[in-house]
Amino acid sequence: MMEGYSDATIALITAGIAVGTWAVRFSFIGLIGARELPPWLLRHLRYTPVAVIPALVAPLVLWPGATGGAPDPARLVAALAAFAVGFLARSVLGAILVGMGTFYAIRLVL
Amino acid sequence: MQSATPSSAFFEGMRASAPFLIVVGPFALVFGVVATEAGLDLAQVMSLSVTVFAGAAQLTALQLMREEAPALVVLASSLAVNLRMAMYSASIAPYIGGAPLWQRVLSGYLLVDQSYAISHARFEAEPQMPLPRRMAFFFGTMSLIAPLWYAATLAGALAGQGIPEGLALDFAVPITFIALIAPGLRTLAHLAAAATAILLGLALAGLPYGTGLLVAGLVAMIVGAEIERRGLAIPVQRQAP
Repeated sequence: MMEGYSDATIALITAGIAVGTWAVRFSFIGLIGARELPPWLLRHLRYTPVAVIPALVAPLVLWPGATGGAPDPARLVAALAAFAVGFLARSVLGAILVGMGTFYAIRLVL
Repeated sequence: MQSATPSSAFFEGMRASAPFLIVVGPFALVFGVVATEAGLDLAQVMSLSVTVFAGAAQLTALQLMREEAPALVVLASSLAVNLRMAMYSASIAPYIGGAPLWQRVLSGYLLVDQSYAISHARFEAEPQMPLPRRMAFFFGTMSLIAPLWYAATLAGALAGQGIPEGLALDFAVPITFIALIAPGLRTLAHLAAAATAILLGLALAGLPYGTGLLVAGLVAMIVGAEIERRGLAIPVQRQAP
């Protein structure tokens, strides 16, 4: 058991995150429905994935939790390799394989 | 060959999701292991994966519970990490918002990074796609990923401490995200938005409860949209094959 929390508390935390997460995702799909959104809003939303995901990833690459936040050359080079393959070859699977392959190869050598 | 039925769209979505299986599996496996090691029992670990179905929020909750944070802080932080999904919801609403309520309720549960990125790209590329095919495609993208998420969490929880530390599977998460985004950087506007996001994501990483991510994402989105508005969304990649 997790210290400091009763089973009921853990169940409540889980239920709260589950309902809250669903509500966040459902929000616009549920409330706005098929109503047309204005062009300026659509223009902004077009950039959501390329705006949010790199901001999420950059700290994970530069300051990985697994090393206690210290930059790790293997992770940096592997991330760049994955990016290069994804960008130039436009291959998702290729980027993943090259990225993880590079990561393990460098770890073996170092 | 013409393939225009909803069921063909379902399998199309399933196929498009295949590359992500090799990273979704390890992610859920790692979550199962880490959560079990932190002291959650099997039912608690599985409840988190099945009801929340959002890796980043699950890991955030776990981390804060290990630090014995107050229950409300655990809740608020985990939800803050997920706020980016409100942007996904808004972004995909014009494409699937006309679907029947039960389908939208289910979509709310299944709207994750992968289903969003794969589906949005597809809907954008084919604006004439009829709504039932869009829904079938969307659900198809999760038809393998969701069951794998549950199964791998279960396997991780059961394996407990059997996973060697040296495998460093944590790194599969950023690599998937990079692989997901890089092929979509088609214009100068995309590149500028991504560069802004990286710089601000790093600069604001210290802000509490995931708020730095939200600010970085919002500013980067504005940068991309503004460049497009000025007609500078110049292609930087060759056309898709």
